[in-house]
Amino acid sequence: MSKTILKVEDITMQFGGVVAVNNFCMEVHEGEIVALIGPNGAGKTTAFNVITGVYAPTNGAVYFDENMIISNFPQGKMKKMYAGENHGKYTKKVEKTPDQITKLGVARTFQNIRLFKSLTVFENVLIAKHMRSKANVFSATFRMNGKEEKKNREETMKLLEIVGLADLKDEIASSLPYGKQRHLEIARALATEPKLLLLDEPAAGMNPQETDELTAFIKRIKEQFGLTVFMIEHHMDLVMEISDRIYVLDFGKPIASGTPDEIQNNKRVIEAYLGVPEDE
Amino acid sequence: MKKTTKMICTLIAAAAFIALLVFLESNKNKYGMAVTVLQKGFILAVVAVSMNLLNGFTGLFSLGQAGFMALGAYAYAIFTIPVESRGSVYYISGIHPAIENIEFPMVVALIFAGLVAAAFAAVIGFPVLRLKSDYLAIATLGFSEIIRAFIASPQMDQITNGSYGLKSIPAANIYMVIGLCIVCITIMAMLINSSYGRAFKAIREDEIAAEAMGINLLKHKELAFVISSFFAGIGGALLAMFMRSIDSSTFKIALTYDILLIVVIGGMGSITGSVLSALLVTASKEWWLRFFDEPLTIAGVNIPLFRNGFRMVIFSILLMVVVLFYRRGIMGTNEFSWEGLFGLIKSIPKRISSLFRKKEGAAK
Repeated sequence: MSKTILKVEDITMQFGGVVAVNNFCMEVHEGEIVALIGPNGAGKTTAFNVITGVYAPTNGAVYFDENMIISNFPQGKMKKMYAGENHGKYTKKVEKTPDQITKLGVARTFQNIRLFKSLTVFENVLIAKHMRSKANVFSATFRMNGKEEKKNREETMKLLEIVGLADLKDEIASSLPYGKQRHLEIARALATEPKLLLLDEPAAGMNPQETDELTAFIKRIKEQFGLTVFMIEHHMDLVMEISDRIYVLDFGKPIASGTPDEIQNNKRVIEAYLGVPEDE
Repeated sequence: MKKTTKMICTLIAAAAFIALLVFLESNKNKYGMAVTVLQKGFILAVVAVSMNLLNGFTGLFSLGQAGFMALGAYAYAIFTIPVESRGSVYYISGIHPAIENIEFPMVVALIFAGLVAAAFAAVIGFPVLRLKSDYLAIATLGFSEIIRAFIASPQMDQITNGSYGLKSIPAANIYMVIGLCIVCITIMAMLINSSYGRAFKAIREDEIAAEAMGINLLKHKELAFVISSFFAGIGGALLAMFMRSIDSSTFKIALTYDILLIVVIGGMGSITGSVLSALLVTASKEWWLRFFDEPLTIAGVNIPLFRNGFRMVIFSILLMVVVLFYRRGIMGTNEFSWEGLFGLIKSIPKRISSLFRKKEGAAK
């Protein structure tokens, strides 16, 4: 088996008295497409936000490329209120900010699209190149980074061609149709040169035809950029078709994991989605 | 439009502008008001662009501009007043011996003024920039008032001359003032169009997405804040250079509001908008509306409204009209381009005719 690129260990996220994610463990191996599914409110996006550094977890740790990027344990007021498991297992606080995590090679998209709305398509992608540029504020202002700037622009253009937005490059991002905005968000994430791409419901609000296109698109960019993909998704067609492995969350708890076939036949997953007959 | 045509247009405009400056400089006495308005307008344009860099481009609603201007103005004034005339300036408490004999040349003093303001901004930036929107505005406003009160305090008499203000600041000619203003505005425009400028805009658009794109929020906000304050400091120094005497009451909150007004009228997120509106606002405030302040007599009847202060009423009404018709400021987030200008000129007949057509339609 190839090496583990992302490892989530015993993540618990508690907001006040509500345990949104409870003791979630997961591994993503290099080159895989892994999906996280679960009914609404199961804590999928919360888990995502913990991995990308938006929320500090209440307890647990996250490793990327064998480096600990996030670790936390219940402190202060949480110490008494903590309702999760593994209390005392973690004693270190490591908290990388989202930008540092992106720099390490984790790029993400958002459930409710977050583009730079009033900027052009081209600028949206070009901004993602800023992180890797070596110019400081003086050399950038006085245009002493011409070579780098030119290279960034060329790479941006190439990326837009790959995702099929090249002829829309001067459009304002918010004027694009919904499906294209999704593509642009993925293009922007790719511009940060990630190893691991996190997609938060990439097919939300898409019709079946658009979903099919997206499926092919994700497969294509995965091959082309040598990515590992981890996604949250509700469209089961999409999930079952492209995932290598699936994790299922319900009420914050992991209830199953395995290949698409295993998940489709798992009794607990079916119960979580369809409910249990009352007389049982 | 071709690149060469644009070049020619720009060159003609620049030549015309320089010719205007030469003409005004040689007829200073006759056109005193125009000379004043042009210089003050450009100085305010520098500060307005610096504020726009924060408010319009980085999306940080800061109201500390007057404080940073005060720092710049005093830093500049203290070190440029000729040593021989310092005795008469600091006639109350005398000058502090440590700075008694230090005199900087003009450009060095200007950069020093900017650096003082920037250094202060860097220090207060770390706590203040963790705040957002209105709270940031209140915090920066507070710091700006602290600076002013500090400068005016009697304990600072030997350095800032307290509430007596500083005078005998060496004069500069119109070329110097306007030239420096244009240099400052150009540098800021270049910054905004660079990779860092794009990162600032990304923060304005969506902080969470910007952070997910690897932009370090605090670092970039701090950078924008420090650079903005640097140029606000230089703007203050230029104001001192132009007015030749300053005192702390110049830098009250009202000055920040004046600049905010210029930025909003010009368009949040437009450099040319800020410059244009700085010139228009200064001109109408100080010059074009002057006659409303003079007593007016038509056919022997004295119109009662025309008296001292009426000008500001008209000015305020004009502002409201501008804001009503241009909701996002004169330029919005657009920048000046020759295509835009010619397009506007070409569209004027159409606009006028459509105006009449609408009225006809309404009549029916």
